Amino acid sequence: MKTGSDDSPRAVVIGASVGAIDALTSILPLLPAEFPAPVLVVVHVPADRKSMLADLFNDRCGMRVKEAEDKEIIEAGTVYFAPSDYHLLVEPDFSISLSSDEPVHYSRPAIDVLFETAADAYGDGLVGVILTGANRDGANGLRQVADEGGLALVQAPYTAEGQTMPNSALATCATARALTLPQIAEALNQEFPIH
Amino acid sequence: MKNSTTETEEIELQLLLEAIYRKYQYDFRDYSPASIKRRLMQAKDHFGCSSFSQLQHQALHEPDSISRLLPFLTVQVSDMFRDPSYFRSLREKVIPHLKTYPSLKVWIAGCSAGEELYSLAILFREEGLESRTIFYATDINSAALEKAEAGVYDLDRLALFTENHRRSGGKSSLSDYYSTGYGRAIFDKSLRQRTVFSDHSLVSDAVFAETQLISCRNVLIYFNRDLQDRAVGLFNESLVRKGFLGIGSKESLRFSAHADDFTEFDREERIYQKRGEA
Repeated sequence: MKTGSDDSPRAVVIGASVGAIDALTSILPLLPAEFPAPVLVVVHVPADRKSMLADLFNDRCGMRVKEAEDKEIIEAGTVYFAPSDYHLLVEPDFSISLSSDEPVHYSRPAIDVLFETAADAYGDGLVGVILTGANRDGANGLRQVADEGGLALVQAPYTAEGQTMPNSALATCATARALTLPQIAEALNQEFPIH
Repeated sequence: MKNSTTETEEIELQLLLEAIYRKYQYDFRDYSPASIKRRLMQAKDHFGCSSFSQLQHQALHEPDSISRLLPFLTVQVSDMFRDPSYFRSLREKVIPHLKTYPSLKVWIAGCSAGEELYSLAILFREEGLESRTIFYATDINSAALEKAEAGVYDLDRLALFTENHRRSGGKSSLSDYYSTGYGRAIFDKSLRQRTVFSDHSLVSDAVFAETQLISCRNVLIYFNRDLQDRAVGLFNESLVRKGFLGIGSKESLRFSAHADDFTEFDREERIYQKRGEA
């Protein structure tokens, strides 16, 4: 199934909190270097610490992995991590903005902020993925992804270290599919076949 | 592909920003749209409007509506000594240069509720520079300027402020600078006796003083590239040769039209120095 109509840009957004590194390790390294879409990721990290996520995953992934920079143009085949203490937003022209707006659900970066702005920009070309986590950030954002015609995926709660986030997402977004981590990786590769 | 509701919303949003500009001369048209849209969505819900068009109607026809809208458009949330390593670099690397000037002017552009101003005032006092310095704290939001001038913060933020101050290399105890009451910390008014608070827009106003240090952090990220160029142009014009510009830890002059006018003084902390040659 391919949700995106015509050739308009497409993307994947992923949100995760407690247990994020293990969960992402079961997904990101399974995406090929030529993955034909960008992957934007928000992980809740403490504000006072430099985020090491990009360095950590760059060594493990075929895709290029980097920390998102303000105003950069979003490119396929690249994983972008939100820096700590900044929200990550997608602009209508498919560039990145960072912001210092107030935390959402006590989090900055917040998953909702990424998902809502990405849903606006990519419409039905977007796939949203909510993974493990202990609060309800991302639930509203995932519903907006689905409302815009995008595909909503959630880590099956019984497989998640933090079950609150996937449970909230499933409760808020009725059309979301609950999948195991290997199934999510497989779904992404099916959704974005290499031409 | 975007659905048609989203496209209609984008039209309405542009019209609303145009209306705010034409009626009140607050110009948000060149701000990064994603963030401005999120904030106006919050305003729309807050004022019980069903669309941006309805919010526009309120903004145009109801008295005081702009003063109620502005806080939504200009929220920036900072902490005292946010990014302690930035203040440590100012203290250890920039202050020795500033000590060579007989008098100093420091501009905190986009001062919001004043956290950065008080941080710098304390740092300058600790380094013995306060008595020869004038601080200019500017913002477009007069409500924020009033907060900055009051210098009152919720007490539950003080643990973080104190820890940040310590990590910035603070030579005194932060508690020396405030008194507490009713769950709030009230900062000593002597810290702002050398501060001029002023309504100033980086979008539409001109340079007002020659300065040796400008700190403008997490403001440029809200601007599109043209507007960033305008703001950095103002800073370039205001700074003396060899003057310093500090920006946010995720901001950069790399793509700026004025990049060649500055050198990277401390790349990691995003502190730039204006070039010395004419």
